[in-house]
Amino acid sequence: MAISSIIKVTNLSKIYKNDLVETVALDNISFEIKKGEFVAIMGPSGSGKSTLMHIIGALDKPTSGTYILDGANVSKLTKDELAEIRNKKIGFVFQAFNLLPRTPAIKNVMLPMAYAGVSKEKRITLAEKYLKMVGLQDRMYHTSSQLSGGQQQRVAIARALVLNPSIILADEPTGNIASAQADEIMEIFEDLNDKGNTIIMITHEEDIAEHAERIIHIKDGKIFADGKDHLRRRIKKVG
Amino acid sequence: MNFSELVTESIRTLFINKMRTGLAVLGIVIGIGSVIALVSLGESSKQAVQSQIQSLGANLLTISPARQTTGRVAGAAGGGTTLTYDDAKAIENSTELTTIANVAAVYSGRSQVVAGGNNTNTTVMGVTPSYATVRKITLSSGSFITERQLTSMSKVAILGPTATEDLFGEDANPVGQTVRIGGQNFQVIGVTKAKGGSGASNQDDIIYVPLTTAQKRLFGVKYVSSIYIEAKSDKLMTAAQNEIGYFLLDIHGISDVSSADFTIMSQEDILETASSVTGTFTTLLSGVAAISLIVGGIGIMNIMLVTVTERTREIGLRKALGAKDKVIIDQFLIESVILTTIGGVIGIFLGVLASFLYAKYSSSTFVVSVGSIFLAFAVSAAIGILFGWYPAKKAANLEPIEALRYE
Repeated sequence: MAISSIIKVTNLSKIYKNDLVETVALDNISFEIKKGEFVAIMGPSGSGKSTLMHIIGALDKPTSGTYILDGANVSKLTKDELAEIRNKKIGFVFQAFNLLPRTPAIKNVMLPMAYAGVSKEKRITLAEKYLKMVGLQDRMYHTSSQLSGGQQQRVAIARALVLNPSIILADEPTGNIASAQADEIMEIFEDLNDKGNTIIMITHEEDIAEHAERIIHIKDGKIFADGKDHLRRRIKKVG
Repeated sequence: MNFSELVTESIRTLFINKMRTGLAVLGIVIGIGSVIALVSLGESSKQAVQSQIQSLGANLLTISPARQTTGRVAGAAGGGTTLTYDDAKAIENSTELTTIANVAAVYSGRSQVVAGGNNTNTTVMGVTPSYATVRKITLSSGSFITERQLTSMSKVAILGPTATEDLFGEDANPVGQTVRIGGQNFQVIGVTKAKGGSGASNQDDIIYVPLTTAQKRLFGVKYVSSIYIEAKSDKLMTAAQNEIGYFLLDIHGISDVSSADFTIMSQEDILETASSVTGTFTTLLSGVAAISLIVGGIGIMNIMLVTVTERTREIGLRKALGAKDKVIIDQFLIESVILTTIGGVIGIFLGVLASFLYAKYSSSTFVVSVGSIFLAFAVSAAIGILFGWYPAKKAANLEPIEALRYE
């Protein structure tokens, strides 16, 4: 195959145990995502999509099975190695934006680079470059309370991009945003995807999911459907 | 993220919540401040006592009556009646004693003293003429008690500068005037130079009269409070102490050394006793201050725990973005160390200021040991690490998922 897999999940299970009950959140899931794909993971609440997102995001470890991200077997790594994977290979975009409070946009974008050990000068240049890319060149020194929801999410996207990650992992990226601004966010994702970025987006909104080229449906911890026929945006663009 | 960045970041965070930061720092300020103030207070009183005792000369021996024991009840130290002026005279006139230069006997009591419309209650010391030599007393005007005045029980008095001021006002020369001591008129024949000292051992707030006058006319006693002996040299102190000891035992008809009815102390002995007393006092006060420092440290831990809980989401985000445990620990540790060192620096400043003001208004020496300042600084930083460690560790142990979910 010409295009290599960036994510390879094999027989992945996640079981939560407490004193009384065992909850199977993910039940023997296998799938692959290739470089440059724009995948939406959909499912009702309690379906296991958040658990899957945590494991893909190296925030949590599977109970069994393997997860290989860009050649690294994430299921076997230590806490610090996981932190490094999150830092270098994954760009997170959260539903609640999760910007540092009372901190200027540019400092938020610089934060992952600080943990990666990038020099201060380079951090500033790169942060400026990516903030310009998401259209916030005039808002670089605004704190999050001075930015709209859509603008905050664009800061978060810039933050996700600065270390040129293998995947961009977006968890309900438009969940807290007014619909007009949500479209702008989705346009940014589409542009990024067109430039070759791999994007994995967790959502429960059908119309948001349809911006992706592939939708994985999850229900009761299993893959219920995995389709590539949602090519509406491609068609729309061409037409 | 390097060290200086973590520091600036922490300072920025601490400034967001000024009130809380200030209160947390206050605990350390009080702790460090009181340690510094009390240690230097103890140090200065120690030095005051030492310089006072040393100013009397290294070759001075003090004979005091032993404490009286009636049955099983021990009396107050120095309250004994076993020493007499005859003892002093015997020592002075003895040909066996080769180590002594001068002998002075003293009876010390308190009395009401009146001059004109002024009234004071002060120490009245009955002394022999040699007292001025032995205790190195110099006069600013007039003359000291003479041998003739002693034998004739003259009603003459020499005033200390404080007593002069109390009775006659500032810059007065009372020589030739009259004071009433215990209802009897005394002629002032001299004024001593200021010597300093404070409290019970103030050598300026004092009136000297002939010993015989004090014993018979004023206080009606036959004994003396102490006998001062000046040895010929400070190298002969031990020899003098032994010689005088056996001589006095012989006069008093006591054969057993352990039942001696007097004690002989050199300046060194007194210094040692006084130092150990002030030392204990300083240790005790510093202990109390150290407890307040620990309470301050607990305050810091409390604030840091609140901060960690409050910033759970932020910690989760930082971890999601790639912060390793060590970075999180460093961040919170640096924050608490900054809190405590700020407190430490302010505390050192206030402590030094307090002891400076104390020294100024109590006219004692201002002593601040550089060592205690460095120690206080190090201790405050150590408290930051000690009490910041648990909250920092707690922050680092947060699971990123849980932390991100936290509302």
